[in-house]
Amino acid sequence: MNFLEFSIIVGVASLLAGFLGSLTGLGGGVVVVPLLALAFGVDIHYAIGASLVSVIATSSGSAAAYLREGFSNIRIGMFLEIATTTGAIFGAFLATNTPTKAIAVIFGLMLLASAITSSVRLKERVTDKPVDPLAKSLRLNGAYPVDGVKTPYTVRRVPLGFGLMFGAGTLSGLLGIGSGAVKVLAMDEAMQVPFKVSTTTSNFMIGVTAAASAGVYLSRGYIDPAIAMPVTLGVLAGSLIGARFLVRAKVKVMRLIFAAVIALLGLEMIYSGFTGRL
Amino acid sequence: MLGPHTIPEDDRVLDRYIGMILRTGMLVSAVIILFGGILFLARQGANAPNFKQFHGEPRQLTSVRLVVGGVIHGEALPIIQFGLLLLIATPISRVIFAVAAFAWERDYLYVAISLAVLLVLLYSLFGFKSS
Repeated sequence: MNFLEFSIIVGVASLLAGFLGSLTGLGGGVVVVPLLALAFGVDIHYAIGASLVSVIATSSGSAAAYLREGFSNIRIGMFLEIATTTGAIFGAFLATNTPTKAIAVIFGLMLLASAITSSVRLKERVTDKPVDPLAKSLRLNGAYPVDGVKTPYTVRRVPLGFGLMFGAGTLSGLLGIGSGAVKVLAMDEAMQVPFKVSTTTSNFMIGVTAAASAGVYLSRGYIDPAIAMPVTLGVLAGSLIGARFLVRAKVKVMRLIFAAVIALLGLEMIYSGFTGRL
Repeated sequence: MLGPHTIPEDDRVLDRYIGMILRTGMLVSAVIILFGGILFLARQGANAPNFKQFHGEPRQLTSVRLVVGGVIHGEALPIIQFGLLLLIATPISRVIFAVAAFAWERDYLYVAISLAVLLVLLYSLFGFKSS
């Protein structure tokens, strides 16, 4: 296979990954790494570097649409980014010192976890934890539109959310993914931010978090332009097309199919990690 | 309960500018990456890649200064890498914008928080050299 064939095949596969990722809300980056590593035999460090850049591209591309809806909370986002970016640098350091086999197994476990969480729909929590006084002094509380009426909300358990965000950042830096699922979990479950606010704010934070680890990957020589080029352009184009289809598609069925694909890839990654095929 | 004054109306304007910055940065870098990619494939498309073994990228593709130097000489891979750098810089520019916007709103707590995020980001890009 020469560079031209490699670019075309990887580009088309990435386009499909980006398309499905944006339709199902699971993100395209999640399947790009196992795809490159398992199907093309690309070293997992290069695969993660390419995936990171594509994550930044899709996050930046969809941010404008999210922001227009007026749900995201820029103060919550910025405050938690202190945790996610330091976590991301920590994760990127871990990646440089972790053997490929171990990364493959961790990646596989993460894929299985996201396949399971994506098939279980989170319900809006009835807020039962006390309002965190920290939320008031940090001015994290905000308001968002419900049926056109601005409804105020309050934020709980700020330190727990902050700690979970450090973990989300570490995962992102170690595996080259957006880890939007962990971010949403930290904001929904721990801080009890309304679902719409947490989803949009998390998308917003993903780009900044990935930029922190991408910096480390770049200076360490983990980002190869010949791999990152077809991956980034493919995932970006796919996610932009996916965003236009979002309203019409039967998302429920697609989510299930995509979750099954992710689960299979996860098992394959774990198997390859243990047998040392990667 | 929260009073109406706690609803950050001003953030709406901020949001719109940030969305614009992110979209523009994403589009410009995508065009540069595409251009570099076409150039690369036209020149070296018939060569066989070797990605199976990790060997680390050469200095020409990891140092910001050398990447820019390669772009000036019209080399394909540095042009792609420059586009990727621009893409990585896009979220960073949005943090810089947030520092300025919070300063303008006289929200000094959030000027400090945004500056802290900015420092972490700059450290990741320039803080340590490839070993």
